[in-house]
Amino acid sequence: MNVIVDYGLGNINSVQTALKIAGIDTVITDEIEKIINADFVLLPGVGAFRDAISLLKEKGLDIAIKKFADTGKPLVGICLGMQLLYDKSYEYGEYEGLGLISGEIVKLEKEKKIPHMGWNNLIIKKEDTLLKYIKPDDYVYFVHSYYAKSSNDEMLAYTEYGEIIPAIVRNKNVIGFQFHPEKSGQVGANLLKALGEMINDYISSN
Amino acid sequence: MLTKRIIPCLDVRNGRVVKGKKFDDIIDVEDPEILGKYYSDMGADELVFYDITASNEKRGISLDFVEKVAKKINIPFCVGGGVKTIDDFVEILRKGADKVSVNSAAVKNPDLIKEAAEKFGNQCVVLSIDAKKTDANIWHVFINGGRTDTGIDVVEWAKRGCGLGAGEIVVNSIDEDGMKKGYDIELLKRITDIVNVPVIASGGAGEMKHFYDALKEADVDGVLAASVFHYKEISIKELKDYLKNKGIEVRI
Repeated sequence: MNVIVDYGLGNINSVQTALKIAGIDTVITDEIEKIINADFVLLPGVGAFRDAISLLKEKGLDIAIKKFADTGKPLVGICLGMQLLYDKSYEYGEYEGLGLISGEIVKLEKEKKIPHMGWNNLIIKKEDTLLKYIKPDDYVYFVHSYYAKSSNDEMLAYTEYGEIIPAIVRNKNVIGFQFHPEKSGQVGANLLKALGEMINDYISSN
Repeated sequence: MLTKRIIPCLDVRNGRVVKGKKFDDIIDVEDPEILGKYYSDMGADELVFYDITASNEKRGISLDFVEKVAKKINIPFCVGGGVKTIDDFVEILRKGADKVSVNSAAVKNPDLIKEAAEKFGNQCVVLSIDAKKTDANIWHVFINGGRTDTGIDVVEWAKRGCGLGAGEIVVNSIDEDGMKKGYDIELLKRITDIVNVPVIASGGAGEMKHFYDALKEADVDGVLAASVFHYKEISIKELKDYLKNKGIEVRI
């Protein structure tokens, strides 16, 4: 079973529709058992880090997601969902994240307009099966005011907006998209297609 | 590099698109989701839908189009028109829109911006401003469909709106709207000079150069237009090619 974690924030329907088009059927749930035993877990997110992490903790979903990540099966975070995968965020204070990727979530450079909102190009840093349908400088849709600052060891692709902004990150089975693939037209659909193939490969080889 | 956005705007009444009868290559041009998909396929970077349904009781049904659009297109879209309360935000966002734009209601109750930004994030809250020149280099905010002069200075209002949490400003020039003589560059410049959020130009586009002028001279982040796209006077693809050739970053 493929699962989208429902913790009461953001619009999950467009993610679910986009995944379905990519051949990934999902259920939306906040049940711990379903998350731990899933084949694939997607962590969506719109809103503030503080609210998201406290909602996850309130429901015990943080532990469920970490347990799922330990199985080695694919876990994907989108936008705020990606930021939640990191150690810590400085959005409206200082909050601990899921700690599945090393690094911190910090505010974008002040000289630029914030939020970083619109279509920006992907610059590929590391080859990965997830990027197999992506061409250099394909555009994707970003909406965020904070970004992941780390060693960038986990960075597969980035964009530039005053800083190097990690756009697609991957630490083994833990994957994050800072932008919204479900809102990124054909390029987003291509990424989700590769993700769907990756999930199927994983399921059939285990 | 972050690209400039080309944004077709669609007026929707009782769930149907008001303009756009001149399309002959798509079947039902009055369906917001079909026209939305068409523009998305043509290369639009984002869409704006204004619900201009007159009566309030019909509004609930009217907004059903938002859900259909969300299912059909995979680019961001904003919905506005008659948004008055946080509940309106909830309903529109729940139906799948990425952003909600407020206009008159925010002037009457500025806290609506703050409340919405805190609840949904700045990126969801678009402040749409109807501006009209009232004196040399002075523009006032007009409300109620451009009928009422509030006496509020547009630049001050834009600044205040951002302070309250608006994540984007759409500037509609009442003077230029429908004139096809170009966007109000002076007005736009004043706003882009002062705010630190994306600014979208609206009102006045008649030819491709007008888009270029707003993007280049006023340094707006996006350009919104309705009739030139609806009546196929300009295609989004040719516009983007034109802008790219002139050195403007666009998504092709």
